[in-house]
Amino acid sequence: MSENLIDIYIMGEHHRVPDSLTILQALEYAGYRLIRGVGCRGGFCGACATVYRVNGDYHLKFALACQTRVEPNMQLAMIPFFPAHRPRYRLSELKGTAQEVLTIYPELLRCYGCNTCTKSCPQDIDVLGYVSAIIRGEIANAADISFDCIMCGLCVSRCPAELVKHHAALLCRRIYGSRLAPRSQHLKDRIAEIKNGKYTEELSRLKKMELKKLQELYAAREIEPEE
Amino acid sequence: MSYPSPLQELIASVNQTRELRLKQTFPRLSAEEKEQLLKQFHPDYRADTFATLEIGPNAGDRTPKELARLLQADSPLQPVDVNLNRFDFETDVLVIGGGGAGCAAAITADDRNARVIISTKLRLGDANTMMAQGGIQAADKENDSPAIHYLDVLGGGHFANVPELVEALVTDAPEALEWLENLGVIFDKNPDGSMKTIHGGGTSRRRMHTCRDYTGAEIMRTLRDEVKSRPGITVLEFCPAVELLTTPDGEIAGAVLLNLNLNRYLTVRAKVVIIATGGSGRLHYQGFPTSNHYGATGDGLVLAYRVGAKLAFIDTMQYHPTGVAYPQQIVGQLVTEKVRSLGAQLVNSKGEQFIFPLETRDVVASAIIRECAQGKGIKTPAGIDGVWLDTPMIEILRGPGTVKRELPAMVRQFARFGIELDKEPILVYPTLHYQNGGVAIDPECQTGVKYLLVAGEASGGVHGRNRLMGNSLLDVIVFGRRAGTTASQLATQRSAEFTPSLNHLFNWRKLLQEKKLTPETCSPILLPDYTRKSNSGVSTQSIS
Repeated sequence: MSENLIDIYIMGEHHRVPDSLTILQALEYAGYRLIRGVGCRGGFCGACATVYRVNGDYHLKFALACQTRVEPNMQLAMIPFFPAHRPRYRLSELKGTAQEVLTIYPELLRCYGCNTCTKSCPQDIDVLGYVSAIIRGEIANAADISFDCIMCGLCVSRCPAELVKHHAALLCRRIYGSRLAPRSQHLKDRIAEIKNGKYTEELSRLKKMELKKLQELYAAREIEPEE
Repeated sequence: MSYPSPLQELIASVNQTRELRLKQTFPRLSAEEKEQLLKQFHPDYRADTFATLEIGPNAGDRTPKELARLLQADSPLQPVDVNLNRFDFETDVLVIGGGGAGCAAAITADDRNARVIISTKLRLGDANTMMAQGGIQAADKENDSPAIHYLDVLGGGHFANVPELVEALVTDAPEALEWLENLGVIFDKNPDGSMKTIHGGGTSRRRMHTCRDYTGAEIMRTLRDEVKSRPGITVLEFCPAVELLTTPDGEIAGAVLLNLNLNRYLTVRAKVVIIATGGSGRLHYQGFPTSNHYGATGDGLVLAYRVGAKLAFIDTMQYHPTGVAYPQQIVGQLVTEKVRSLGAQLVNSKGEQFIFPLETRDVVASAIIRECAQGKGIKTPAGIDGVWLDTPMIEILRGPGTVKRELPAMVRQFARFGIELDKEPILVYPTLHYQNGGVAIDPECQTGVKYLLVAGEASGGVHGRNRLMGNSLLDVIVFGRRAGTTASQLATQRSAEFTPSLNHLFNWRKLLQEKKLTPETCSPILLPDYTRKSNSGVSTQSIS
């Protein structure tokens, strides 16, 4: 494929790169061998949070470098690390109340609803929505809204009230998962059965079984239909 | 619609046959048909891409050339580089690798009052665990059992798996889920608390547990947060291990780390070392693109091999059937198997199904490679082959809105390039996904080298010659916890009197000389190099 080269500015430094690349690939094309600002390269780890402007446009834009194609005349910088405060708490020592979240992160109450966080989220999460939910004491709701958060920290970097919301959201999810979500009876039952040795004998029989018999058993196994 | 018009025209044939295909189930292949397909089209069978190891515990065994080169390389470390009379850190347990297995091991060892250090190449949690989307298996439903799970694992692995490891995997599985829930992981559930479960390739029961399509991310961020909340665990980020330390008797005694920020070696004296470094997709075997994270360069295999640990199943890699083939920017990234679990079929250029979508991964990947080799693939504008994955079917089968609800990460990933998953099919081709083998371990994660444990993708034997979807997340939790338990026990038993040295390295270099091997590279390589000068002008993730 023919390469259409465009101008970009990496921390102010001019480079010409193919317009088909992601920002991350463009950095490498330009010669950067990255240690920070790169992780999973698949949009899940939040290592490559990037801010940019396109020359001539005052708007600040936000992206994951591994998931975003370069644009002509973009001026970009990565924010591979942003100071974020995580108070020392142990989940096992918490009761799991909404009040506790606000005791651990009292600054959440400083939120004045500017919505800058939501605008800066590369995952399009309603960040203000979950912060408001936490303030209202709705842990389940906050866990649900924030679920797709990859903790890149862009919302934290932009918050004028200095909130470390992605950590507060993680606390809500952990409280929900460990304390509020209904537990599975079938899981409890199975763990008890295993502890009581219900499957020990069958498994040791399978472990010793000759190959041919195993293959037959496998081929003949009943397959549960789709719902 | 962001597909260029030639591709849009081809999509028409997928749309045309959809109604008919909805009524058809493609027949599953027999064992003989599978073997035939694998032999003809699976990359593991391309003999010219393999090399035979000449030195070390696996001398005489076959492995991909790219891995052989690193296993038989020299260490970057010279004895003068480090002072082994005093150590930067001393600890009971050193965990190398900060992914799912490493964090599970660290938490478990900390529970048992061992002093723990995690050293990790990038940030804590930068690991393949973070990227696992599809789910985690456990036989916890009434119609299921560890024995049925056992049989699925074994069949998927072509009956080559180590039985004791499979037994450990399936027996610990339900408890692993409970452990994760207690740490705060949110599984998809029905209102009564029962788990929502689906099928995966090669499962005979619906036992795939999910956290939307962020299953691995949800597990990883929870484990990471738990590690950070424990004062007994020290985390050293950007500090990959470059060499292990051994006593004159060949027992493990610690490791040498490289601080990547400061380019400085650090020494750790440790009673027990757990290697949890994950896989090696970034070695791009056979030129394949990969779904793996940036640091997946097989370091753990190299470190373990040089101290004499035996590797197992290093001649088999997993190519995930559905890597992205278009758009070009994200080629090789994963399209989760959950898409097929939800009902999407694979379709060739003629609009025909050609394989049952939930055959095991090696079989489905081979079928896709066959279609493309036989001219029934679709060429993207970048010249890459692919077949269609008919995602809009999911909306018809399971109701409108299912795609957005069940696959938010994928919807987001494709929407960034203007493709709407619920309305348009996507193009996929196999991508290098998993290292089926690794360091041989026993069910307690012990290797043949005393005080060296291995857990997770860096280990070999659990999955035999092919891993099933959802058994990798399970593996890292089950064997991570087992490694943590074993490590804390060994640390208690071991006397504090031992002398770390680089003796094994002298032996290794002697061996290289004897065999007249003059390696051009040092290993571990730590990171791939995608800069333009080293990569003939192409800086995409795909070297192919």
